[in-house]
Amino acid sequence: MSILINKETKVICQGFTGAQGTLHCSQAIQYGTDILGGVTPGKGGQTHLDLPVFNSVKEAKQATEANASIIFVPAKFCKPSIIEAIESGIELIICITEGIPTLDMLEVKELADKEGIRIIGPNCPGIITPGECKLGIMPGFIHSPGKVGIVSRSGTLTYEAVDQTTKVGLGQSTCVGIGGDPLPGTSFIDVLKLFEEDPQTEGIVMVGEIGGSAEEEAAEYIKEKVSKPVVGYIAGVSAPPGKRMGHAGAIISGGKGTAEDKFNALESAGVRIVKSPSEIGQSILEEISL
Amino acid sequence: MNLHEYQSKQLLENFDLPTAKSVVVFSAEEISSLISELDGEEFVVKVQVHAGGRGKVGGVKITNDIDEIIEFAKDWLGKKFVNHQTGDEGKPVSAIMIAESTTIQKEFYLGAVIDRSSQSLVVMASPEGGMDIEKVAEESPEKIFKINVSKNKKEDFDILPLVNGLGLSPNQTEEFKKIVSGLVNLFFEKDLSLIEINPLVIDQNDSLKCLDAKINIDENALFRQEDLLKLRDSSQENQKEIEAAKWDLNYVALDGNIGCMVNGAGLAMATMDIIKLSGGFPANFLDVGGTVDKERVAEAFKIILSDEKVKSVLINIFGGIVRCDVVASGIVSAVSEVGVDIPVIVRLKGNNSEEAKKILSESDLNIISADDLSKAAELAVKNSG
Repeated sequence: MSILINKETKVICQGFTGAQGTLHCSQAIQYGTDILGGVTPGKGGQTHLDLPVFNSVKEAKQATEANASIIFVPAKFCKPSIIEAIESGIELIICITEGIPTLDMLEVKELADKEGIRIIGPNCPGIITPGECKLGIMPGFIHSPGKVGIVSRSGTLTYEAVDQTTKVGLGQSTCVGIGGDPLPGTSFIDVLKLFEEDPQTEGIVMVGEIGGSAEEEAAEYIKEKVSKPVVGYIAGVSAPPGKRMGHAGAIISGGKGTAEDKFNALESAGVRIVKSPSEIGQSILEEISL
Repeated sequence: MNLHEYQSKQLLENFDLPTAKSVVVFSAEEISSLISELDGEEFVVKVQVHAGGRGKVGGVKITNDIDEIIEFAKDWLGKKFVNHQTGDEGKPVSAIMIAESTTIQKEFYLGAVIDRSSQSLVVMASPEGGMDIEKVAEESPEKIFKINVSKNKKEDFDILPLVNGLGLSPNQTEEFKKIVSGLVNLFFEKDLSLIEINPLVIDQNDSLKCLDAKINIDENALFRQEDLLKLRDSSQENQKEIEAAKWDLNYVALDGNIGCMVNGAGLAMATMDIIKLSGGFPANFLDVGGTVDKERVAEAFKIILSDEKVKSVLINIFGGIVRCDVVASGIVSAVSEVGVDIPVIVRLKGNNSEEAKKILSESDLNIISADDLSKAAELAVKNSG
């Protein structure tokens, strides 16, 4: 078992023929992901990476029976692309794109919630179930199938956690990058719930960062509902208030959203917190072995 | 992106929110002719900078004497405004706003922001106007009243909790409804990320009026807000951050002496944190993004080294899709091209990192290679003293 994606997942790509879509789809196919085609309006009927290109998600879904879509469409045009995927009945939408206006996501999220569709991202590295299905821009080779579920707001910092859990021999069940935007499609809590229910997952690594209160809300949830061991790290202890640290959502405003508050919330929820990201692997190994 | 007060006021007026009549001047010579457009005998004069707390350091004057206004303008225009919000470097004053003075009976706070938890627009009001609202939120949260507004149903919200919270009269309630719907429309149409009207006042005629406004605009939406983009005053922003943005580099200046160059925002923050854990102080946050090639590394070096405090540089790259040996060659040529003469500690992780280490150690440059993130941070700290 794993969460959200596995070797049965049938995938199409929106923004398939662009540079990003091409690069990352080639890598995903190489990894063994079942990518069945892509969508680029105006290029329907062509072939790309030996796969069919369609003009619309609806056509692509009809022809391929895909249940997931990975989106590399530029930020300006992303809202209609996500809405198109929702309206075509794609069950899982992974949006890699960075820079989508917050109000666009507000609208998209409202619609997705109404229709019961899950969006991962935007502004995220994607999701991977090692050895089965890679839907994102993460390097496949650092992963190995195993016991740790990883959920994170960051990209390369997730790779650190992955690399360490591979090195200590635990491997990963599924890794989910929920993204660095203020309004992510999927929250920490959504993913924690899935990991708690997944028999393959024996421990959870949660990587948060400054800004908002998603980690505090997750801490409440962990206290009540999560029985598996959780290791938590928060990036941005040294970040100054009022400054956006790269990610649109990573900002301490009005004294809220500091790393300290988040660490405290996690610790009081029984999470094993690590102050250095290089201690993630060893800590989850210890927690799982207990 | 932030706006000046006079620009924010103009936006409020465009959405039919009542404000005190005002003019903006960019030179002292304009004052005598422009002030005739205003009524009343007393005026509020304010320097226009992207910073609050202007009154405490002489940036605001209330007077009925035009000569005093001219004197104020001559004193300020072309100078730098410095307070705790601007830091030592300050912000240049190039505009002065002159507004009709309002007699204030009562001060309120009115604001709107996207709330991440409820994933909706939240409109907030408080009878504790004119104060630091963050303090109110902390000390007496029961004095802040909130309603949620959905983007898909923005005409349909219940304003009563705010009206009751402020204790408005029936006439004022009508005015307030118009103000809130104008505010909501402004927020959605102009892609704001924050608006604060502080204070919103009851004036001498028992009417509501917006006396000061702070507006932030979602950077990600500027592509479709061309009118607002024209209002950008880059003289109010950090010059190094502007230069970095030209190269698509995410840079934030900090106070320390260890320069950082990292791929990915989360890892960049984590790198700063681990420097601090090792007893050092990061000089900056810098995310070079996904493409770590020679040109970008060279530009990143130039920006980091333009900060004279920097005594060592820590490069932390997780090579996923990009190969570490390619990154290493890029770093070596950038270091020699830019002429970096301080120690550069490089930690490359991921694809082909062994090959990369070899390239770095054979370079003859002042480059120290490290495997482990903690070790790399320790080396950076040791070499910064």
